[in-house]
Amino acid sequence: MTTLVTHPESLSLPEEEHGTSGLLKWITSTDHKVIGKSYTITAFVFFLIAGCMAMLIRTQLASPDNTFVSQHVYNELFTMHGSIMMYLFAGPFAFGGLANFIVPLQVGAPDMAFPRLNALSYWLYLGGGIIMLSGFLTTSGAADFGWVAYAPLSNSINTPGAGPDMWIVALILTGFSAIFTGVNICATVFYLRAPGLTMFRMPIFTWNMMVTGILILIAFPVLTSALVMLWCDRHIGSHIFTVSGGGVPVLWQNLFWFFGHPEVYILALPYFGAVTDILAVFSRKPVFGYRGMVFCTIAIAALSTSVWAHHMFTTGTVLLPFFSIMSYLIAVPTGIKFFNWIGTMWRGSITFTTPMLFAVGFLIVFLFGGVTGIFLASPPVDFAMHDTFFVVAHFHEVLFGTAVFGGFAGLTYWFPKYTGWMLNDKIGKVSFWLMFIGFWVTFMPQYLLGEKGMPRRIAEYLPSTGWATLNRISTGGAYLLFLSVFVMLVAFGESWLKRKERPAGDNPWDAHTLEWATSSPPPHHNFYWIPPVRSERPVWDHNHPDHPTVKEHAREVRELVGVGAGTGARGGLAEELPPSSAGGTSAPSGDGHGPVSGNGHDPTGESK
Amino acid sequence: MRVEGQVLLVIAAFFGVVALVYWFWSGETSGTALLTGTCLLGTLPGGYYFWWSRRMKPRASDDPSAKREDGEGVVGTFPSSSIWPFVLGVSAALVALALVFGFWTAIVGFVGATTAVLGIIRESRRGGVV
Ligand code: HEM
Ligand SMILES: [Cu+2]
Repeated sequence: MTTLVTHPESLSLPEEEHGTSGLLKWITSTDHKVIGKSYTITAFVFFLIAGCMAMLIRTQLASPDNTFVSQHVYNELFTMHGSIMMYLFAGPFAFGGLANFIVPLQVGAPDMAFPRLNALSYWLYLGGGIIMLSGFLTTSGAADFGWVAYAPLSNSINTPGAGPDMWIVALILTGFSAIFTGVNICATVFYLRAPGLTMFRMPIFTWNMMVTGILILIAFPVLTSALVMLWCDRHIGSHIFTVSGGGVPVLWQNLFWFFGHPEVYILALPYFGAVTDILAVFSRKPVFGYRGMVFCTIAIAALSTSVWAHHMFTTGTVLLPFFSIMSYLIAVPTGIKFFNWIGTMWRGSITFTTPMLFAVGFLIVFLFGGVTGIFLASPPVDFAMHDTFFVVAHFHEVLFGTAVFGGFAGLTYWFPKYTGWMLNDKIGKVSFWLMFIGFWVTFMPQYLLGEKGMPRRIAEYLPSTGWATLNRISTGGAYLLFLSVFVMLVAFGESWLKRKERPAGDNPWDAHTLEWATSSPPPHHNFYWIPPVRSERPVWDHNHPDHPTVKEHAREVRELVGVGAGTGARGGLAEELPPSSAGGTSAPSGDGHGPVSGNGHDPTGESK
Repeated sequence: MRVEGQVLLVIAAFFGVVALVYWFWSGETSGTALLTGTCLLGTLPGGYYFWWSRRMKPRASDDPSAKREDGEGVVGTFPSSSIWPFVLGVSAALVALALVFGFWTAIVGFVGATTAVLGIIRESRRGGVV
């Protein structure tokens, strides 16, 4: 059935649908919040699965000449670990999970622009994910050509069998899913923003998601078509990537990395956005250099699409100076972002809640990954380091920093909005510290291993190589990471058990942006009421009419809504309820006219 | 609408320049083709938005001093539930499996997909304003 949504201002109380059972309701739902939650949970489960594979990989590498898993299984493990992390966790967790749930709320929209397309994205993603994993059930095992499926290793002679084919068609499905989501996010941002919410007042998270959407539209079709070509090579005898039939194997690398490098930023930009919002909220300051942030995001996206062949330096077929220079250039906007993140925290009154800790953890970890990336952008260094564990350490600092530290920051920050209750802050912090320590213990030794020449993608090494000690340390760190994720699951579980005691209220963090103007979780079609938008922090402006940064808008805001000193605003909010900050008076949520506030609960989520 | 158009046009311009530089410096075809495609991806929708932005009156969401009442009226139609995306998704997965295991799942898949597409079209008609 179809509902006609008019502007929230005149939205009547939504009718809850009755009569459909739980499962059917889930299957037929086109509500972005339901789909966003499904995506988040599914992606998290994939993260756990791929994480367990990482534990097996690290266990195998813990000692020389180990026979814990066979060479063949090892190949399957790192391939599926990488593929699941990249295609099924990090991306979908960001643009399917967080963005799906949050972007419509941040722009004040009732849903995504194309709700049914959104649902289709989810089903394609789930189907693709299941197919990819089912490769393990086939007789020849899952795909084992690495997450990049280089030709000619990926042709039907070198890697025959159903597993690799399932990997290919699974990625075609999830590729379409991502493309549809990209279209949906862009359309939502372009067409469904609330009155007054101009482009340069959008929260940085929404900006970054929009740019990510564009980047998806640039990158994913290339991957999808390359996969179709690969399928044709394997099955109908085309020779696009095989020398024997006149094809060009390196073409695969060009196509793959034209997707692959932007993909890294498709995984990073959403988390940059989430972290930016989080740093601002917990420093109680606006984002420093808002416009600069936006321009840097666009610059990063554009540059990231012209550096693909820095993954191909050693092929000897690429224009080294061009790709090297372009790669260095990315450091500039990224550096400016770091400057702005620090500027946002500078002299703020910072509270170190769980999301804030993860956000700061992201800054530190990503900085290291970025800096070693600059090393690798230099061809002579890359010639030495290519395909060693130095690279493995580098890309895990980038990817783990964004998708896991940034992802957990976003997840814990929006957890109250998702669920309606607070996460246990103490357990969350324990998880953070375990992860932060575990992270360095796992990946710093890998830099050294790379320098000692240990290649990646090897299942066994000789005792005489002298790699054993560092590998053992790294494996210990990996177990610590496993523990940290387990602790986070405990935090979720504990919070669920105690959910009655820790209701979140509308705006537990005293946050800035529109998603906090509605109840937690938001009602069907999201808003009964939207505060006037006069800056990039509408909810904060509304709750803190006397704050200095609101001064410039103060007169205007007062005229429009009648908050602050009651300058004769007839029937304005001021006369009905005094504005309050979080932790102040409890506002009756849901009546549609209370100031947006917490429920008297302290922002850390510990019950008093 | 103007800023949206400009963002896309900036991207188009950037890739136009990069494609030219890349072509004359490297002479490599696949990368040049991809960069040119990216330039077009910015040009077409960007140009369209920009063209429109000069012909339409600013929307409430483009107006920095819009009042809340300015946005009143119909935002759009939003289906609140539909079985067809699920059917379409499962059908697509069946078609995909046929690419691995042989043809029979594709038959079920195509039937399912056709039904789903028809279903979505019917749903939209019934919904009225789209
Ligand atoms: C949970 C902690 C993690 C551990 C302990 C871990 C460990 C490893 C190790 C040891 C390898 C190298 C295997 C080899 O080359 O022999 C690897 C490969 C890889 N990992 Fe992770 N990883 C973790 C998390 C992640 C995350 C979060 C991502 C991405 C979001 C990721 C993406 C990848 C990719 C893309 C590869 C390359 C696979 C290939 O060579 O084809 N990993 N991981
Ligand atoms: Cu790259």
